[in-house]
Order: sequence, then structure tokens, then C-alpha cells
Amino acid sequence: MSQGDLLHVVTGDDIGERRRFIGKVLIWGSFALMAMAFAWCAIAQTGYLAVELSSWRLALYAYLLWATCLCIAQVVLHGEQGKRTLFVLPATLFVVAMVIFPLIFALTLAFSNWNLSAFEGPRFNGLDNVRQMWTDPFYWNALKNMVYYTLAILVEYSIAFGLALIQATQIRARRFFRVAFLMPLMLSPVAVSWMVGKSMLEIRFGPISQLARWLGWDRPSFFGDPEIARLTIMIMDAWTFIPFMMIMLLAGLQAIPREVQEAARVDGASGWRGFWEVTFPLMLPVSLTAILIRIIFKLKLADIIINVTSGGPGGATDSVTSFIFREYRDRSNVGYGTLLAIVYLALIVIAITAFMKAVDRWMNPKY
Amino acid sequence: MTEQIFHDHSSDLAYRARWYAGRVAVYGILLVWTVVCLFPIYWTVTTSFKLAPNVMQGHMIPFVDFWPAWKGWDSLGLSPRLIGQESTVREEFVKRFANSAITSVSASALAVVLGSLAAYGLSRFQYRFGFMRNPDISFFFLSQLILPPVVLALPFLVLYRSLDLLDTRIGLILLYTLTVLPIVIWIMRDQFQSIPVELEEAALVDGLSIWKAFLTIVMPIALPGTVAAFILSLVLTWNEYFFAALLTSTNAKTLPVMVASQTGSQGINWWAMAALSTTAIVPLIIIGVALERFIIKGMAAGAVK
Repeated sequence: MSQGDLLHVVTGDDIGERRRFIGKVLIWGSFALMAMAFAWCAIAQTGYLAVELSSWRLALYAYLLWATCLCIAQVVLHGEQGKRTLFVLPATLFVVAMVIFPLIFALTLAFSNWNLSAFEGPRFNGLDNVRQMWTDPFYWNALKNMVYYTLAILVEYSIAFGLALIQATQIRARRFFRVAFLMPLMLSPVAVSWMVGKSMLEIRFGPISQLARWLGWDRPSFFGDPEIARLTIMIMDAWTFIPFMMIMLLAGLQAIPREVQEAARVDGASGWRGFWEVTFPLMLPVSLTAILIRIIFKLKLADIIINVTSGGPGGATDSVTSFIFREYRDRSNVGYGTLLAIVYLALIVIAITAFMKAVDRWMNPKY
Repeated sequence: MTEQIFHDHSSDLAYRARWYAGRVAVYGILLVWTVVCLFPIYWTVTTSFKLAPNVMQGHMIPFVDFWPAWKGWDSLGLSPRLIGQESTVREEFVKRFANSAITSVSASALAVVLGSLAAYGLSRFQYRFGFMRNPDISFFFLSQLILPPVVLALPFLVLYRSLDLLDTRIGLILLYTLTVLPIVIWIMRDQFQSIPVELEEAALVDGLSIWKAFLTIVMPIALPGTVAAFILSLVLTWNEYFFAALLTSTNAKTLPVMVASQTGSQGINWWAMAALSTTAIVPLIIIGVALERFIIKGMAAGAVK
């Protein structure tokens, strides 16, 4: 993470005893209130009290109150320095409430059996979910599919790079082409699944099927055969996301000074060698960023699959996300789905860390 | 070597021929890819004006192959014939459209506010929260990007159920804000780092407080980046399907969920689906054409350091 210039200002804060006391009272007072609200909700949920309290809303409001008081107390306690903390604090509190807390909750959820449509609540079942996952062929199949889907990024990357190279040269109507190429990215994946997946690829009347028939494919079927179905999903996903990589690469290409290429040409490099030995190495950092972000987006792939094939035929197109979605839809068991998701997250974190370490090792070799 | 005056030697002509061949190839590729990008949109828009026989005979070009009809738009109650009348379908559609618009705009706005504050703080001040220093805090925010939505989906389903937030727009807005926050922070940090610190130093010397300097001096300069972040968030949240499908049912259902729920049931009723899909993509197409500059700027941020 690069760090820009920092703003160094000396501040003369004179915080009196009284002010410090008020700040502390604000924080701990509101914290006590929040604790009480949580306790109150928890007790009311068990039903021992004769109060009708259907939800934990009160606890949510108490958290908001505590967060606000914490922010105000920063200024009261630390003066000018506190005003600086105030820049980061709201976002931090938001993320903690929306990610850290649910993740901890998810960990408890993952080891329980909880059918949301049934009346009874969660039941702790230890490692049952893990055992079930271990023998669930569909989950492993979905993970394997994710590997295929991720590998497809290399093809997407080469197409995007080619298009970016062309766009970086002298062409007419540059803005028109740029807007046209950007369009697929703006479309909602759900609309795309209908537009392309359900109508253009429709076997009888879809224009692409007609084109395929005209080209000599007698009975085009895009979702019948497992391999072809996976390929079709890959192409549809690539179609929406190639513009994204293209734009990042184009920005990188435009940042390379023209003189570098000119120098290479003067030195007698042909266009091909000039690309491989000058442009491509210079583009490596940008390429890796683009690929990394693309991988991150690819790992979330679900909308198209859910709406076009819903995982079929026989789970050949399932991504992990779409599989868990279906698992929940069919059985409404949140416990098992959460465990699968957490295992997926762990695998992603390991894979991405390894990827980044490998890239780092490769880019800055230690001799 | 004498200077060359005439360019009609055979090697020169060959060079020109190659140049033309190259141009033709370049524009050929560009045009083919343009067709690949735009044909589905064209197909959807024209199909919304087709009738059953047009669909089955594979007619493509309006006014030549077939005569446009309003049947698809009738089914949404949006055709000129029905626009003045009461229509339950249109009410339903308008409700979904409004849900989508409200959630995506508020979530993007909230994310831009929270995100640019955090990004500014991180690019200007030295923080220490326990063991966390600036790079750690930045990583804490940006690492949210790799969190796949499915990890949060089911816990949030349960949490929202006990908080009574299921099927409300507020719940959806909070979740959407979370998903776009790292992207906003990324773009805005890049933006703030390109603004020289001397500006704020001068402002502070002139007696402004740090917040005043941020609001009146830094933010106006950072406006292009802010717009870029806002629009990218808007695109992502308008198109979001996964959370909306899980967490909403009747009240807060958004447009993508409506589109998805109709895909299965409509069969060969393509004109209706095409009209619905068109309405789902048109707002973003307009934004894309009008504000293409900002979108590209936003995505290029971070690519070039």
C-alpha cells in the first residue's frame, strides 16, 4: 500500500479534567445502555418476561447510539486529534458492524443445524456439517468448476489486451468505440441472462442458433452437453467483464511514455518484439492488478448461472455461490450453507494470499 | 545517403499496401467487436416490438422485416395506448423500478460519504488503533473486496430476520453500501493522494479547521473522482441480484429480481420479457453514454500508479 504525503500539523490541545470526564462518561454511559439493550432483548427473546418483543431492533438502535457517542467523545477527549479520528471512525464502525459481527455469527451458524422454515430454532450439531460437506460431490464439483472459470480469465485477459492495444493506436471515432465496448459492463447480469442465455441462444428461434445452423452445426444446443454448457457460461461472463479489463489495460497503456516505444523502434525492434520485450513487461503491474480484481469478481459469479442453467446439466455449470443459493432454496437450511460458504472463503483467502506472494516473489526477486 | 524524394519504388508501395491492410484489419476487428457488444442490446430493444410470428420467423430489422407493434409494452402497461389508464402491471413495475432506484442511489451516496471520509483520513493522517497502523487500516477496508457475498448472505438472512429488516429497503441499502465501500475507498484514496497537501496547509494557516478545509477546498477538487466512485457504485448496486433475491420478497423486491422471476414463466412470450429487460438496462445505458468519461476514470484509478 503506497502512502501519499501526510499532513503534519502541530496542534495545541488543552483538555481539562472536566472535559475528559465528560468524554469518558459519554463512551461508557452509552456502552452501558447498549449492553442493557442487548441483555433486555436477549431476556425478552427467551420469553420469561411478559413483554412482547419480537425483534432485536432495540439493540440495533443502541448500537447506533453508542457509535454516535463514541464519535462525539473522540472530539471531546482528544480535541483536534479527535477530529482527525472522526474521518475514519464512521466507516470502521460500519464495517465492524456489517462484516466482523456477522462473520463471528456465521462461525456459530456453521456448526449448527437450522432449518429456517421449521419452527424450532438452531441446534448445535458439531462437525456434522463438515462430514456432510466432505461427502457432498456437488460441492467439490462446484469448487472444481470455479477453477475452470478462473482459468478462463487468461483467455479474457488476452482478448482484453488485444482490444486495448488496438484502442491505444491512432483510430478514428475513438469515443464511439470506447462507449460501445463499455456497454456490456453496464448491463445487469440478470437481464443478460435473459437477453443472451434465454432468447439469443434459444434453440429454435434464437439468432445465434440460426447463425450456428447456417454455419453448419446441425442441431445447436448450448446447454445440453456439460462441457459446452460450461463454455457458454464462461463466454457470457467474459462478454460482460472484458470491458472492465480492457479499460484498466488501456489506462496502463496510455500511461507508458511514447518515447519508450520510439526508442525500441530506433534500436531496430520489430512491432512484435517491441511488444513482447518493451510494452508487455512495462504492463505487468497493471496486468496483475487487473487480473487480480477480475479473479475477485469471478469468484462471486452466480447471477447468470442461477438464471440461465441453475447449475445444470448435472451440476456442470455450478459455481459455489449458485450451489449454495440452490441448497438454501431447496432445503432452507442455513447452517450447512454457511459452512460451505466459510470453507469457500478460507480457500479464497489462502489462494489469493499465495497468488499475491508468488507475484511479489516473481516481481521483486531476492538474489 | 541521399534523401529520398520519390515514394514510388516498389518497396515503398508495398509498405503503403501493408499499411492499408493493417488499417482494414484494425477497423475490421473494431467493428466486429462493436457488433458483439451492441447486438444483444439491439436484439432486446427490437424484440420488445415484435409479435409472435416475427419472433418465430427470426425477423431482425424493424420496418423492413416486420412492422413494430406495442404488444410487449402493453404487457407492462407502458405503451401509448395504456399509459393513460389504470394498470396493475404498471403499478407493480413502477414499484420495483422505484425500489431499485432508491436502494442503489442511497447505497451509493452513503458509500461515497463514508468512503471518501475514510479515504481522506487514510491519505492524510497517521493513525494508530491498537496494533493497526495506516497500511493495516487500508488493508482492512480493501480486503472486504475478496469477501464473496455468499459468505454474508445466510448470516444476514438470519440476522435481518431477528432485526425485522428482511424485505425492507433499509436492509438492502446497508448491505449494498458494504459491498461497494471498498471500491469507493480505493478510488477516493487514489484521488486524494493526487491532491497536493500544500493546499490544506495553506488553508489551515489561513485559519480554517481541518473539516472546513476538507469540505470547502479538498472535496471540490476531488469532485471528478467522487462522481466516478458514485457512478461505479450505482452500476454495481443497480444490477445486484444475489442479495436482493435472498433478502426481499414482496415490499422491497428490486427490478433484477422481477426480471429473474419472469424469465421462467414467460415461455416464448418474448416481447414481454424483452420490454422488461429493456427497462432494466436502459437507465444504465443512458448513464454509460453520458458519463462514460467518469466510469473509465474510476476504473483506471489504481491501475496506474
